[in-house]
Amino acid sequence: MDLNTLWFILIAVLYIGYFVLEGFDFGVGILMPFLAKDDRRRRMIINTIGPHWDGNEVWLLTAGGATFAAFPGWYASLFSGFYLPLFLILIALIFRGVAFEFRSKDENPRWRSFWDWAIFAGSLVPALLWGVAFANFVRGVPIDAAQNYVGGFWNLLNPFALLGGLVSLLGFILHGAIFLTLKTEGELADKARKAAWRVWPFSLAVLVAYTAAAYFATDILTKLGINPGPVPIGAVLALAAAGWFIRQKMDGWAFVMTAITVVFSMATIFMSLFPRVMVSSLGADLSLTVYNTASSPYTLTVMSIVALIFVPVVLIYQGWSYWVFRKRVTTKTELEY
Amino acid sequence: MNPVSLSQLQFAVTTVYHFFFVPLTLGLSVLVAIMETLYVRTGSEVYKRMVKFWGKLFIINFAMGVVTGIVQEFQFGMNWADYSRFVGDIFGAPLAIEALLAFFLESTFLGIWIFGWEKLSKKAHLAAIWLVAIGSNLSALWILIANSFMQSPVGFTVENGRAVMNDFGALVFNPYVWLQFPHTVLSGFTTAAFFVMGISVYHLLRRKEEGVFSRSFRLASIFGAVSILLVIFVGHSQAQRMVQVQPMKMAAAEALWESADPAPFSLFSAIDQAGGRNVVDIRIPRVLSLLSYNRLDGEVRGILDLQAEYEAKYGPGYYVPSVFMAYWTFRVMVGAGFLMFFLAAYALYWVMRKRPLGEVKFLGVFGLAMALPYLANTAGWLLTEMGRQPWVVYGYMKTADAVSPTLTAGMVLTSLIGFTLVYAVLMAADVYLLAKYAKAGPAPEVKKQHPVKEEAYWE
Repeated sequence: MDLNTLWFILIAVLYIGYFVLEGFDFGVGILMPFLAKDDRRRRMIINTIGPHWDGNEVWLLTAGGATFAAFPGWYASLFSGFYLPLFLILIALIFRGVAFEFRSKDENPRWRSFWDWAIFAGSLVPALLWGVAFANFVRGVPIDAAQNYVGGFWNLLNPFALLGGLVSLLGFILHGAIFLTLKTEGELADKARKAAWRVWPFSLAVLVAYTAAAYFATDILTKLGINPGPVPIGAVLALAAAGWFIRQKMDGWAFVMTAITVVFSMATIFMSLFPRVMVSSLGADLSLTVYNTASSPYTLTVMSIVALIFVPVVLIYQGWSYWVFRKRVTTKTELEY
Repeated sequence: MNPVSLSQLQFAVTTVYHFFFVPLTLGLSVLVAIMETLYVRTGSEVYKRMVKFWGKLFIINFAMGVVTGIVQEFQFGMNWADYSRFVGDIFGAPLAIEALLAFFLESTFLGIWIFGWEKLSKKAHLAAIWLVAIGSNLSALWILIANSFMQSPVGFTVENGRAVMNDFGALVFNPYVWLQFPHTVLSGFTTAAFFVMGISVYHLLRRKEEGVFSRSFRLASIFGAVSILLVIFVGHSQAQRMVQVQPMKMAAAEALWESADPAPFSLFSAIDQAGGRNVVDIRIPRVLSLLSYNRLDGEVRGILDLQAEYEAKYGPGYYVPSVFMAYWTFRVMVGAGFLMFFLAAYALYWVMRKRPLGEVKFLGVFGLAMALPYLANTAGWLLTEMGRQPWVVYGYMKTADAVSPTLTAGMVLTSLIGFTLVYAVLMAADVYLLAKYAKAGPAPEVKKQHPVKEEAYWE
């Protein structure tokens, strides 16, 4: 395996980690206004992700930084090409992050409802747009010989990509609802489970539809074959199983299943891309690949050493932080947010 | 307006805004960590209340720094794609390392620190805030390694029109970094010191919570006096380095059109950039040579000579930054710096005499002085970045060639207006909250509550 492939895998892992972790906190943010009408319960919901959302978001920053370092051509084309969607994601993430911190620091109900909206919209917009973006990677977008994206904003909102957006949106809502069943108790946990049960069929339906559509909209058929193998099938099966576990109130297993769904469906996208990183719709030889966008072998070597040392360290202490805050948030918990 | 100048404006707006919050984070994280160390060592409640009070303000400020920082990382690709393609091989590395080493550390442990008061031992909780402080200051190191490459590029060759890294050590140990990093971090410490002194004075003048605020003031005055003194020393070395590696920036900062030996220091210059001269020019002989070389002579090159030299070296073009901006930002930064030095010395003098702070004359001036570090920080970065123009990577790539080729003016205008509006709303909310909590003072001492029974999912 060459270093380009290693870095492709590493960046895939960073994005997957980001979606597994921030995925549920997006879901929690979207569900918050629906699951709780009173202030106390809203605060409890926000406090379930309070210690974690910021650390989760760093997975995105690291994925972005790693893309810049390892594949500057990919970073440049993607970020300049998807300029307006990224701008919307940034605005959403800005409002959302500040909202967590600011919301409960003032009693005024209008202040709180403003930031509640910010948490809701700031979670919804990226949850939708990330799915749109990744669907476009595999579907292909107009990229010219200079590696520049030459389509417009509306190009990105094609039906296949919008379906991808629905997949990520509903998937994250489901993932977040199940997370809430694990981190709250009593009536609130029941409401979250009920929400999960209601969202689940839609989430499964769009994932199946998206997978089917992928056979027409992308070259997944030639890449992965008519039988796409265990990873994509596993994604769909895990999501199907999640429903069963929700019904049985086996919330822990349900959460494992939605996490597997996120991991496997993202892995499918990266597998069908490789060795490309963005497919060009203007010609197969114009696609961006791990070779025509990469940094020098020297840089990749340096970065590999850094990553090998520090990624495990990060995993250990971030894992520890989840252990520290493993308890459910109850009505008696002292709330920081 | 074209995409280049709009993108420049957007970069300036978002960066200056981001850097309103960062310096306070750098310094206040350390101050709060020191306070908590005192708490853990002495077990004294007053230190715990200090930690809680300043910690609350720290968190409010920190959030703004984090969210505006995401924009910083994204906009290199969004607005400056050709720059990213040119330097990605060498510039992306410190950015990725910054995220991996610093962002994870500060974000994860800040979450642990905020939510972990009851869940961790005192020592583990103390370790968390120190890790936040280390993480924040590490992130400053790596982003300044990246910035220093733009100012004084090292550790690379240019191959096929791309800068390719060939010496990671040279990048990290770029002499420019090891002046810029202490200067920036110590400026952050100074910012936090003046922040703490200003708010403490507000309460001391009202004779409220004197236990908390006289301790805070004392601590901050020592921290601030040491920091600003070092900032000035390092700044002096930086100026001397600038004469070597970016002579044009120094010439512009001094509005020095003709080379001079010995070189005079400008007291006041009215600049006519188009005419290449100063309409009014009051100078002190030899002082610029003294500042540049620590002796009374030595040539400092002038703008017009450098322009001629660069045209010969890099081809036709205009290689002079905005002299007005370089000149005045330099003076605002240095002026504010010295003012802070005198104020910190004044504060330290009274603290050393161990008199009750309520009796100190002109204590109220420290309230106003909270603005000084912000002024100096902003002016300093404007000088650093605008003084480098027209280059984005000094001597290798011009800003005009760095912009994303697919950007339209409309796109940049959309995001520029969007960011500006959102940032304005957030600034209002942030200042409102900071003022509210700063004025409210520390929360009353709470009696120990019964531990709450909580269970994990599997229990």
